[in-house]
Amino acid sequence: MRIIPNEMESLWTLFTAPVVWALHFLICYVSVAVYCAKSSQISFGFDVVRLGVVLVTIMALALIAMSGLLAWRQWGFGTHDPPHDDPTRHDRELFQGFATLLLSGLSFVAVIYVAMPLLFIAECSP
Amino acid sequence: MSGFSQVVRGQAVERPPYPRSPLRYGFIPILMFAHGCAGIQSTLEPTGAEARQIATLFWVMVIGGSVVWLAVIGTLLYAARWKGEPHSAQSAGRLILWGGAIFPAVVLMALLAYALWLMPSLRPQSGEPPSAPLRIEVTGEQFWWRVSYRSKNHEASIASANEIRLPLGQRVEFVLKSSDVIHSFWIPSLGGKMDMIPGRTNRLSLLATKVGIFRGPCAEYCGTSHTLMAFYAMVMDPAAFDIWLEAQSQPSEELASDGKLRFISNGCGSCHTVHGTEATGTLGPDLTHLGSRESLAAGILPNTEEAIRRFIADPDVIKPGSKMPAFRMLPEDDLQAIASYLKGLK
Repeated sequence: MRIIPNEMESLWTLFTAPVVWALHFLICYVSVAVYCAKSSQISFGFDVVRLGVVLVTIMALALIAMSGLLAWRQWGFGTHDPPHDDPTRHDRELFQGFATLLLSGLSFVAVIYVAMPLLFIAECSP
Repeated sequence: MSGFSQVVRGQAVERPPYPRSPLRYGFIPILMFAHGCAGIQSTLEPTGAEARQIATLFWVMVIGGSVVWLAVIGTLLYAARWKGEPHSAQSAGRLILWGGAIFPAVVLMALLAYALWLMPSLRPQSGEPPSAPLRIEVTGEQFWWRVSYRSKNHEASIASANEIRLPLGQRVEFVLKSSDVIHSFWIPSLGGKMDMIPGRTNRLSLLATKVGIFRGPCAEYCGTSHTLMAFYAMVMDPAAFDIWLEAQSQPSEELASDGKLRFISNGCGSCHTVHGTEATGTLGPDLTHLGSRESLAAGILPNTEEAIRRFIADPDVIKPGSKMPAFRMLPEDDLQAIASYLKGLK
């Protein structure tokens, strides 16, 4: 079994990047909120949470980049121009690849925006 | 539509001379609105360290937004008036990629980074209490402010209401609470706002940089008289502030007046405190130094005997929904004597 499939036959590949974005959003906000709520009972400092979320962010960006790369391949590395609106299997694949590529780009930027506050948060409010 | 039809037909159309539009005087209302940007309750005329940061942030965002807006409108005009050959699909695609995706993403990232970078200084933490030299506890009530000063020079807290005084150039920690519904504490000239939430204690730290009188509204809808809930914040020279706070910690000077007797005999002391008397109620505002305050009834009336008399008689008219019952059944002599006594509490 290959980790990276040869062909994209499922619509689910379209949602991969936004799902990673959503999970990353949840992990960022939940982990910081839980840490700040329980900080008196937790022995490690906020920098550990910061580092953890940075690692999660790098993983999320890598997953989204991979999704984008696969989408680019599915789109034929840009050799076909949109609109892909012929009622053929080939055009459906190209359309899906192009849409996935755009969604991956959006998700990539969004994950960076979501993670940016971590660089600036000084501490939990008392 | 004429611009659009020009593009469709691809030929120039002679424009008829326009009549002089009344819109050419549009700058007059704009100037009138701009006048509202100054004054004692304005974020755009900062007199505190945090407010200055907010004003800078505002202008950076306005300028950043204007640049983007001008670029969009400029491109729109260019597209509407362009009469040459159409762009190739490739160069149009490149324009969309750079102008529609990469440029906005980078500009937004820069503005977001700047706003986030400012955040710690907009909400400075003065450390675990009671490290700040002066702590002012403000509790939102429908529809007034309970104020309590705690200074390192005084063992007990000093009660006041509906007015806040701060020393110039000294960081003050506000401890913000609410006894009923959500209110929001905001002195636009000095800093950002902070909600007062029942069951929670929020903190806000402010540093005033200019002597003066500023106004703060309740910034969260809190009931019928929400718009009638405000206060004055007075920034004083530190030496004058210390003298004032010392005076506040003492009862007001006794004046020869039968208003005090009438105040007590009519039961005002069940809800209000006047230090040094039998009046020790805590339901309503502390009135110990009422006469020396800038305003009356939480920033809505001038502090005069007549206004005090009116408020005692008709609080339900002046401030609908307030918990103080109306005392319009009292004889005029009593109302006048009590008002005179309260105005004398300096």
